[in-house]
Amino acid sequence: MKSLFKITLVLVMALSLSSCFDEDHRNYEYFPDMYEPIGYETYGAYDIFLNEQEAKLPVEGSIPRGWMPYAYEDNLDGYDKAKAELKNPLPYTEENVNEGKALFTLYCAICHGDKGDGKGTLVEREKILGVPSFADAGRAITEGSVYHVMYYGLNTMGSYAVQTSEKERWQIDHHVMDLKAELEGNSKKEFLTEEEADQFRNNNARYKRVFGNTFGNNIEQNFDKEEATTKNDTTTK
Amino acid sequence: MKKVTNRHSISRTLLLAVVLLFSIFNSAYAQEGEGDSSQTEIPADAEEDSEGGSDVQGDVAAGKDLFNSNCAACHKLYKRSTGPALHGITDKYDKQWLYDWIHDSQAMVQAGDPDAVAIFEEFNKVPMPPYPQFSEEDIDNILAYVEQPKPEPKAPASAEAGGADKASGGGGGVSTEVILGVLSFVLLLLVVILFLVNKTLTRFAKASGVELPEKKKEKRTPIWKAFAQNQFLVIVVSIVFLLGAAYFAYGYLMQVGVDQGYEPVQPIHYSHKIHAGDNGIDCKYCHSSARVSKHSGIPSLNVCMNCHKSISEVAPETATEEYSKEFYDAEIAKLYDAVGWDVETQSYTGEEKPVKWVRIHNLPDFAYFNHSQHVSVAGIACQNCHGPVEEMEVMRQYAPLTMGWCIECHRETNVKMEGNKYYEKIHEQLSKKYGVEQLTAAQMGALECGKCHY
Repeated sequence: MKSLFKITLVLVMALSLSSCFDEDHRNYEYFPDMYEPIGYETYGAYDIFLNEQEAKLPVEGSIPRGWMPYAYEDNLDGYDKAKAELKNPLPYTEENVNEGKALFTLYCAICHGDKGDGKGTLVEREKILGVPSFADAGRAITEGSVYHVMYYGLNTMGSYAVQTSEKERWQIDHHVMDLKAELEGNSKKEFLTEEEADQFRNNNARYKRVFGNTFGNNIEQNFDKEEATTKNDTTTK
Repeated sequence: MKKVTNRHSISRTLLLAVVLLFSIFNSAYAQEGEGDSSQTEIPADAEEDSEGGSDVQGDVAAGKDLFNSNCAACHKLYKRSTGPALHGITDKYDKQWLYDWIHDSQAMVQAGDPDAVAIFEEFNKVPMPPYPQFSEEDIDNILAYVEQPKPEPKAPASAEAGGADKASGGGGGVSTEVILGVLSFVLLLLVVILFLVNKTLTRFAKASGVELPEKKKEKRTPIWKAFAQNQFLVIVVSIVFLLGAAYFAYGYLMQVGVDQGYEPVQPIHYSHKIHAGDNGIDCKYCHSSARVSKHSGIPSLNVCMNCHKSISEVAPETATEEYSKEFYDAEIAKLYDAVGWDVETQSYTGEEKPVKWVRIHNLPDFAYFNHSQHVSVAGIACQNCHGPVEEMEVMRQYAPLTMGWCIECHRETNVKMEGNKYYEKIHEQLSKKYGVEQLTAAQMGALECGKCHY
């Protein structure tokens, strides 16, 4: 009887020890000093911030590098204007179109479908309904309207300005226009050759304004060239 | 010791086997429940069909197709969305007016039709796109679909089914315990019965004069004394004991600081299984900064709202035994609450309550890691490090994230050279030096201390 008592005691102790560990908590660390940074960590919670929230919006009026203000307002008027006059500042090259296609598959195809016919996975599974085809006659999308909608969102579609950069949105735009042409049965556009693309870049004021004088966006472009374009820009202003 | 999950596999498998056994029982119960509910639903559907299309004539099925592909983005049947709820629309407006509105609503607003202007104003001046491609027959079909009577009887049936599900689901948790309890009770009873039977039998034997062979009690040296006298045995046993202790101590010490299997409860129950698995949404759709920055980023709530603006409740088939439809709907309501979305008016109230997500993967501060380098440049699938996230109902840390684990992968993985001019020159030099076609990350210098620790 005594031994039975001992065995149960040991069992209970072992159980209580092992049940102390649970998956809701982090494990012990050897030297926490080396793990925990002195600076504020991304997504951390610190008393000094409002609501302890480290993740904050940038100060109002701050401009991220490589970002240019978008000239059209988020209303009907802005939409109509963008639809009529906004044009893609990126040359129609194979590289741009392929990048756009990859990004389209990532962000848009889940609803709009790989072909742009409005039959993406979420639509087929009846989670989100009523996604129109890019060839919809009533909407008659253009380069400008597509970009405008990606930037602000429209009705049920949300804005994708958070997930993509300006360059990426214009690359997607190229692919969307390709899909539209395909759905309407038109033949595909020819890619620009490198010379033509260069010419396009040089003749395109918006390209220069947006992509011409930001670092890192275009590796091939050398520094001297960039300097020249910025100088030109300031003189024209 | 929870973190060394992979080392104690026997107890895990045993537990798993038991759980599996019971889950089979459970699903059997649940299937019964489902069968019941589908039976109760059938008459409801039949009723609907016989009554269908009150005063509007048209093909309901064709109307449904048209509605789903053209109207459903902005209109729901019984709920206000971007546009008004469409059920009962034919009572409000006459048919010709509806034809005109659908063909070109903006023309009517500009012409100053009072009804048209009123509805345009009511819905924040969001114009309805024109649908000149619809014939009047098409519109009739849509209206017929829209004007189907609201399936009232369905609600109690589904509630019943939900209740049944809950009972069997909740019963699943209880029944395991009950079964275990009953089992142990039966075992205890058996022991008592055996003891009693033995007692009565000996009494019978005594009464009827049968002589029972008595146990001989001999004087023996107690076993622990015999053991202590045998020195060889003592040495062997103590060595074995020490080795065993060292093994477990090492195992314990090695998992200190490793958070593999860490599975915290998040403020909103977000199921990666439903989003990435069932619906096939790409990881980088939400974690978009993994493409371009050091951090993969916890998606901001506006990314959730990209879809959940129109998905305010889950489909009945999304519910599992563990989590009911009501549970998931409540979680979506939490999202709306956090982001300040008013479902009634379909607009943001501006009252935001940031969600305190619990961070799972966290490298110590002395190690550098860059997501975009791995995701965009190397093109490694997210699952390589994060495991089968698309199957995880609750997110957990899959990899140990130790240095040994990093290095192992760097030794085995070839650097992706295609389409990357940056590597051309160094690849040429290094591949000559090592005499190989494909360079691993390690040969490229990915084992150097300073690459990650500086």
